Amino acid sequence: MDPRIYNAPTKNTWCAGCGDFAILRALKLALAEQVIAPHEVLVVSGIGCGSKLPDYMNVNGFMTIHGRPLPVATGAALANPELKVVVVNGDGDSYGIGGNHFLHTCRRNPNITHIVENNQVYGLTKGQYSPTSDKGYVTTTSPDGSMEMALNPLAVALAAGSTFVARGFAGDPKQMAQLIVAGMQHNGYALIDVLQPCVTFNRVNTYDWYRSRIYKLDEMDETYDPSSSEAAWEKAHEWEERIPTGILYNREGIPTYEDQVIQLRDNSPLKGTLSLWDDPRPEQYESLKEQFV
Amino acid sequence: MTEKTVNDLSIMIGGDAGQGVESSGAGFCLALARTGLQLFALQDYRSQICGGHNFYEIRISDRPLYSHREPIHVLIALTPESVALHLDSIAPGGAVILPEKFEIDEAPLKERGISVDSLPLMKIAEEHGNRLMLNTAALAATAALTGFPLEYMEQVIRENFGKKSAELADTNVAVARAAHELAMERFGEDFPFRIEPPKKATKRMLMNGNEAIALGALAGGCRFVSAYPMTPGTSIIEFLSALPHEYGVVAKHAEDEIAAVCMALGASFTGARAMTPTSGGGFSLMVEAVGLAGMTEVPLVLVDAQRGGPSTGLPTRTEQSDLLFTIHASQGEFPRIVTAPTTIEECFEAGWRAFNLADKYQCPVIIMTDTFLASSLRTLEMDAIDFGRVVIDRGATVKSTDVDGESNGYLRFRFSDDGISPRALPGRGTATITAASDEHDETGHITEDSDNRVRMMNKRMQKLETARAEMKSPILYGPKDADLTLVCWGSTFGACREAVDEINAEGGSSANVLRIIDLWPMREEEVREALESCKRRVLVEQNYTAQLGKLIRMTTGIEMDDTLTKFDGRPFSPPEIKQRLGLEAGSGNEVGPKDLQRADQEYVVRRLR
Ligand SMILES: Cc1ncc(C[n+]2csc(CCOP(=O)(O)OP(=O)(O)O)c2C)c(N)n1
Ligand SMILES: [Mg+2]
Repeated sequence: MDPRIYNAPTKNTWCAGCGDFAILRALKLALAEQVIAPHEVLVVSGIGCGSKLPDYMNVNGFMTIHGRPLPVATGAALANPELKVVVVNGDGDSYGIGGNHFLHTCRRNPNITHIVENNQVYGLTKGQYSPTSDKGYVTTTSPDGSMEMALNPLAVALAAGSTFVARGFAGDPKQMAQLIVAGMQHNGYALIDVLQPCVTFNRVNTYDWYRSRIYKLDEMDETYDPSSSEAAWEKAHEWEERIPTGILYNREGIPTYEDQVIQLRDNSPLKGTLSLWDDPRPEQYESLKEQFV
Repeated sequence: MTEKTVNDLSIMIGGDAGQGVESSGAGFCLALARTGLQLFALQDYRSQICGGHNFYEIRISDRPLYSHREPIHVLIALTPESVALHLDSIAPGGAVILPEKFEIDEAPLKERGISVDSLPLMKIAEEHGNRLMLNTAALAATAALTGFPLEYMEQVIRENFGKKSAELADTNVAVARAAHELAMERFGEDFPFRIEPPKKATKRMLMNGNEAIALGALAGGCRFVSAYPMTPGTSIIEFLSALPHEYGVVAKHAEDEIAAVCMALGASFTGARAMTPTSGGGFSLMVEAVGLAGMTEVPLVLVDAQRGGPSTGLPTRTEQSDLLFTIHASQGEFPRIVTAPTTIEECFEAGWRAFNLADKYQCPVIIMTDTFLASSLRTLEMDAIDFGRVVIDRGATVKSTDVDGESNGYLRFRFSDDGISPRALPGRGTATITAASDEHDETGHITEDSDNRVRMMNKRMQKLETARAEMKSPILYGPKDADLTLVCWGSTFGACREAVDEINAEGGSSANVLRIIDLWPMREEEVREALESCKRRVLVEQNYTAQLGKLIRMTTGIEMDDTLTKFDGRPFSPPEIKQRLGLEAGSGNEVGPKDLQRADQEYVVRRLR
């Protein structure tokens, strides 16, 4: 499939050199490779620079509010499991204001692929520190350097029960596309945290900064076993000198949330609603009155 | 022998939380209702699982009831505290039943001709079963006192306990029989307030407002519900979760109310009918997403079952203090619909109608109730819940196949005269759908263009005007041209209705009730006309700031003549309304219940200026 089918006629407003361009490209490549038509996918985002992504695509897109794309996507995925649901949002959106939803989505395991544009900064609000900013990072709201430990999203995801955990780099859209394909093929929640340089506000974590540290897990160690939670846990804690990219953890065979919902076996809320539209069948509820007698 | 009153009494069971007051009260209700008697039952409990005083009040009659009512005629006091708390609410000639000898001051009761009987009920429970069966013994004794045949109770006991084990049912029945026999020996047929099963047992349901909303929603096609538990909204998701799987209702207990509302919104975005029920605190958390639904024109049904505020407030008690909040909640301006059913029948209608309104006007619809309406039980005629009347109207929705091949031509937010843009569903045709919480153009893509902004605002806000034509007109209950009009919304209608019935029956002055169900957008012209023709308008509201009064003044310019507010978390009763209006309390009610006396001292009757 030609990835240009996902192009939208809208004008892009990201800064030149922004890592988000590569993420947009990688998502298009991944969809094309899987031959998913634009109307079959729903991309849900929050608010932030990165969350503008659905505006630049020809797919079903829902740009929601800051921090809330995961529950919106969960509702959509539960109501219509036929939709391929992808969430794209920033590190602030995902791990800060939306942190609670992130935790619970990991353990809930809905069939959602979650791409986090992690630039370690708040881009849209012009450069404040984010939950993933390294300790000591100086910004307008942390003039003396941030005093909090950086959140380790991959370790949190593992601890919270996520069944697929990966890291990508915006300097490598090909690898990223592979990760997105793998995440979408994974049955369940898939977290893909993407190191995404913000060329305007983050002068520390630049392309060079990342390039000098990252290595590809599968290239480095052909025997790396992504089904091992111990190995993943160890790799998730590598950061300062060496930063692994690729699939850290992939555990198949765990039922998704949707798999366990008995009501979804024959029908979906959407189909249920649509069939009633044509035929409301009031008599089907009559027997319920007996429990009140 | 005193004169007997038949089928016009209230029974109260009071005890500690954890003593099973609610479940045994509900069982007794079922036994009474099955004989064809009409009931209104109110539970009153505190936000704690064990300890603290709870009570369950059952009002019994041959005619339909719309409110609880003082005084009570039988108090079953499982703890001494019950007596102290309800001392002033007991009618002369009434009875207090104690399960063992408590140290209480009987003099003030005896003075008013109230009998106090301690029966060795705890002993009976222990002898024939165990201490937990004290409730059963107490209710059987009450049946004996009032002449209510034990067989109806036995049947319910067998059903309720038989589910667990036949033996448990047998022991409970044995306890009931022993208590009944003992009480018959003690009371004979002397007690003046009697219960007599009607000659013909009309089949009726015992239902509360939450259950009616849930049934309405189900029949209206709701197939997704998400919530975070919060009293008194919780039982809506509990009811829908407990449905047989075949109905296909997916119910999601979310991590918080923000997730709950967002899940419902996501489900609705795909085209499923989705709802999120909560109470005021949860609604506070949902507010930002209500604006998202307004901006992205996603139909969304919310229920705010109000409780006493602010903050955690009175978690288990009733109040109507969220009205102006729900009407204004969330930043910016967007259309929304706020409707407040006043009866359980109207809760059922609101349950399905809300989905039609949400789909037709593609906006949030908020159903408002309160603890009193959400959780009080009333007997309902079987046809009061009429599934055949339910209409499913999805409004200007483009059915899936219609947008096939229109990928590039379909405009989700197309400008239109009535403000409504036909809605296609994502994934149901080849058109792609974009929605954004940012201002957007007809395609749904983001723009800050000023012309577009003005047209989009006009388009969205026009929906409010389009919807207004479909909103319910204010409804007048009682004689036209009455001397006095009670103006109310929501659950207070029940007490207002009975109060005016009594005022009119007593002669002297005449009264009626004007209630407004659809509060936003309001039928302003009709409300104005209806109010202008009233002689004396008295607002009756369960809050401090008289919010409906403010809303009416804001939309119509009309001021009320007087205002009765109440914010102690206890629902208005008909005698209280009459008393505070300065009208004589009804017969049989000479003793001013404590609530009423206090009402005079503590509440301000304010004029709205
Ligand atoms: C409730 C709420 N609070 C604050 C904001 C302002 N805001 C918009 S984007 C943003 C942070 C963006 O950071 P991130 O999610 O990392 O996205 P980025 O811009 O870096 O891609 C904030 C705080 C908002 N839109 N909504
Ligand atoms: Mg960021």
